[in-house]
Amino acid sequence: MDTDYKYEPKNGLTRWLDSRLPLMRFTSEHVLQFPTPKNLNYFWTFGFILTMCLVTQIITGIILAMHYAPSTLLAFDSVEHIMRNVNYGWLIRYIHSNGASMFFLAVFIHMFRGLYYGSYKEPREVIWILGCIIYLLMIVTAFMGYVLPWGQMSFWGATVIINLVGTLPLIGESLTQMLLGGFAVDNPTLNRFFSLHYLLPFIIFGVVLLHIWALHVPGNNNPVGLSVQGKQDTVAFHPYYTVKDFFAYTVFLLLFCYFIFYNPNALGHADNYIEADAMVTPAHIVPEWYLLPFYAILRAVPDKLAGVLLMFGAIAVLFFLPWLDTAKVRSGRYRPVFRYFYVLFVIDCLILGYLGAQVPEGIYLFLSRVTTIYYFAFFLLVLPILGRIEKMKPMPIGISNSELSRDMVAAE
Amino acid sequence: MSDTLDDDKPTRRDFLYITTGAFGLVGAASVAWPLIDQLNPDASVKAVSTIEVDISSIEPGSFLKVAWRGKPIYIRRRTNEEIADAEKDDNLNLPDPQKDMDRVQKKEWLVVVGVCTHLGCIPIANQGEYEGWFCPCHGSHYDISGRIRKGPAPTNLEVPPYEFVSDSLIKIG
Repeated sequence: MDTDYKYEPKNGLTRWLDSRLPLMRFTSEHVLQFPTPKNLNYFWTFGFILTMCLVTQIITGIILAMHYAPSTLLAFDSVEHIMRNVNYGWLIRYIHSNGASMFFLAVFIHMFRGLYYGSYKEPREVIWILGCIIYLLMIVTAFMGYVLPWGQMSFWGATVIINLVGTLPLIGESLTQMLLGGFAVDNPTLNRFFSLHYLLPFIIFGVVLLHIWALHVPGNNNPVGLSVQGKQDTVAFHPYYTVKDFFAYTVFLLLFCYFIFYNPNALGHADNYIEADAMVTPAHIVPEWYLLPFYAILRAVPDKLAGVLLMFGAIAVLFFLPWLDTAKVRSGRYRPVFRYFYVLFVIDCLILGYLGAQVPEGIYLFLSRVTTIYYFAFFLLVLPILGRIEKMKPMPIGISNSELSRDMVAAE
Repeated sequence: MSDTLDDDKPTRRDFLYITTGAFGLVGAASVAWPLIDQLNPDASVKAVSTIEVDISSIEPGSFLKVAWRGKPIYIRRRTNEEIADAEKDDNLNLPDPQKDMDRVQKKEWLVVVGVCTHLGCIPIANQGEYEGWFCPCHGSHYDISGRIRKGPAPTNLEVPPYEFVSDSLIKIG
């Protein structure tokens, strides 16, 4: 993005530093003065909220690792030790466990925002793909983290998910044993999950930096989807969006704190407070809520291998989104037909989430199949075809004009 | 706001900045405290900071080594000669002057933390030039009262808080 603003060191010290390590220049040009479209709505605050989620998880996670013991003999007791003995251990663990849910809540809103406003379209394809990688890493990290408390849900969740790999022809069985480090989920599995659960957030952090780097080449998309045409369309990131982001984050924290302090186990399962038992499976086993839509897709298919492929396909299809959507207009605001399909898609995902928690029989199984079909049809049929035939609404000629014309319409 | 920019009077906006900043600081501090306090020993650690030891089986001239707060404690039952040796040296020019009677509750029993006051190694009993303790790490010699006599250690072996519950039971901590 063309920036009219250029950093000028003010005194001898900053000039000296600037020619050696242009840290102040970078901060100034990419954070404080970064030209940002002036019409961003609150859906654009979730990037910052997600960054704070990641930082929160890393800080609380490092602390939990100080008190946790990754061994099948000690893991469950060490988590209880954190809950009962460690000073504020209950608080730090509840922040971490609910933080995962809040992280996913924020990332879903962030993704649905990108989907509606066409933030994945040219020239922002790489931003979107990096985001998909982050999402995939988040799923893997969350899954491994859920195994660490070594409760019944930890154990059987790990068993079920790793057994998915076993469906692959030829290599399935040996690959499963390699991932497990044995014939069943046991101490080697727990130890490697702990190691990777500690590692992956830092990988995520690295990809987040790439995500932001890629974002800062074309700059932010915005609700009208038009490119920034000049200074009249932007404001400085600070103070306009720092304040807006912090305000949104504060509101987000209210919900976060509700769960931490008033309902800390609402999003978990009671069975995970029973220590892992390799001889008894819980009566009803479900993944965490943020994985339920994919779980519903997995179970919608009668064939085991096809179910696994379809589940991974549900995430894989996201990577191709920039080329599946053929519409040149970015924002859903000017796509009258797309909006209906989009709303239907959001509802579809919510229903899939609901179905993921139900027993896959009768009406639930039927609905899983219908919603799974629409999930894929949205990406593979609706977006490619609709972009070619949809009649777009009249577009404003620029970001500034769009806001003016809306005011004028409202005035009339 | 432009009419207030030229004079130095505080504006409503200054008030908002300061109150928001103050609230933010209080909030940040209240979040930071649990993250720091978790490093401190918790109640379960503090709860085991007292131990009771049965000393009835210790013969005169021998000692018992027990663990207290993760450190060794020497409980030594001294013979009359050893007590006399310790008291004989009370008025010498010691590095850390202390009378033997100030280091014991009953002359027969010496209770010291078995951690060298130099750099934390464990001195070996009945060794060294004074036949009290000798620290193998850097060569500190302690006498039969646990006082430093020679070597780099700056102070005498620490006497932990203890009390005799009965003639055969001692409570440390």
